[in-house]
Amino acid sequence: MATQNPYEALGVRPEASEDEIRNAYRKLAKRFHPDLNPGNKEAEARFKEIASAYDLLSDKDKRARFDRGEIDEAGQERPRAYAYRGFAEGEPGAKYHAAEGIEPEDFDDILAMFGRGARGGPNIRLRGPDRHYSLTVAFLDAINGARRRLTLPDKSLDVTIPAGVRDGHVLRLKEQGGPGLGGGPPGDALIEVRVAPHRFFRREGDDIHLELPVTLGEAVLGGRVTVPTTSGPVAMTIPPGSNTGTALRLKGRGVPRPDGSRGDQYVSLKVMLPEGGDKEFGDFLREWAPKHPYDPRRGMEAP
Amino acid sequence: MITFEAVCVVAELEPDELERWIHERWVLPESGTAGWVFHEVDVARIRLIKEMRHDLAIDEEAMPVVLRLLDQVYALRRRLKELSAAIDALPPEIRATLLSRLKEPPEC
Repeated sequence: MATQNPYEALGVRPEASEDEIRNAYRKLAKRFHPDLNPGNKEAEARFKEIASAYDLLSDKDKRARFDRGEIDEAGQERPRAYAYRGFAEGEPGAKYHAAEGIEPEDFDDILAMFGRGARGGPNIRLRGPDRHYSLTVAFLDAINGARRRLTLPDKSLDVTIPAGVRDGHVLRLKEQGGPGLGGGPPGDALIEVRVAPHRFFRREGDDIHLELPVTLGEAVLGGRVTVPTTSGPVAMTIPPGSNTGTALRLKGRGVPRPDGSRGDQYVSLKVMLPEGGDKEFGDFLREWAPKHPYDPRRGMEAP
Repeated sequence: MITFEAVCVVAELEPDELERWIHERWVLPESGTAGWVFHEVDVARIRLIKEMRHDLAIDEEAMPVVLRLLDQVYALRRRLKELSAAIDALPPEIRATLLSRLKEPPEC
């Protein structure tokens, strides 16, 4: 706060009489007294200037010294201990409120100001709050779509899981949230879909990835195998000479898209040797391997 | 807890004058075994009344009106604080809606 000339603060002439100064102070203090203007910072700042100016000018000696230029206008602010407004709004002030017939429990008058049947005041219709829920769905339900019932303490919601829904997608159920105020509409229910992982399907974008174990024979010689997809088993041809890591694509067997098309399913082969070993196969390899050396680890030498 | 005598000293008041204010019910001390007892809020109120009566020259006849209106302002401000605390506890969306509605000019 800029310190003002005390005469200017009170709006009086430098030659003003004591009475003029007192009257000027009374007039301004009635208007700006902080206890009469609770919560009004401007009034508080203004009152400080007025009070400090009045402190200086109402004291004959101080005023004379100020007029002679012996002291400046940085008047010491009168300490205002026990400012009433600090107590009046709080619990201690309640006894004076009750004396005026305003009951602590009584919010009706205030709420009426907010438009419930108030005349002339702003009429507030509030949309209810949105409510947030989370719903975990099985992987295949997320791919193929499903209907689920979400049971809440106060109601149950039938939720349509759209086919192809992604993990984290938020479904909005219009007007199924909290109730509105003053005739306002309810909010929405926002349901975040959590997709549980699948034992062997994995989703990447609109494609499904699957690691498919095949026998050594199927890999080397090729053949037709049955492959699970998210919409049921399909037949797939494994070309001869396939290997672990060979990727095959099942076109249009991926995740359904809103436009009706679908992503693809990628099948990655994993060659499995017979469990527990096989003597005949071992005998064969002892003959075969030395004659057909190959190094699957080339390119992995230490740099 | 402050005694009647102590209040007169700290507020620089004549006992007669304070007694009159109490009888007018401008100030509401508690009645203890040894007479009236005052709380800080009462002392603050007494200082305010004194300031209004002496410094601001508010007429004794006008004081009941002033105090009555003042008490109503503070009671309402207290209610508003509670209301605003209740609003603070609302979900962010409804709070935002409410605040934006309060900023709109009222419909006439």
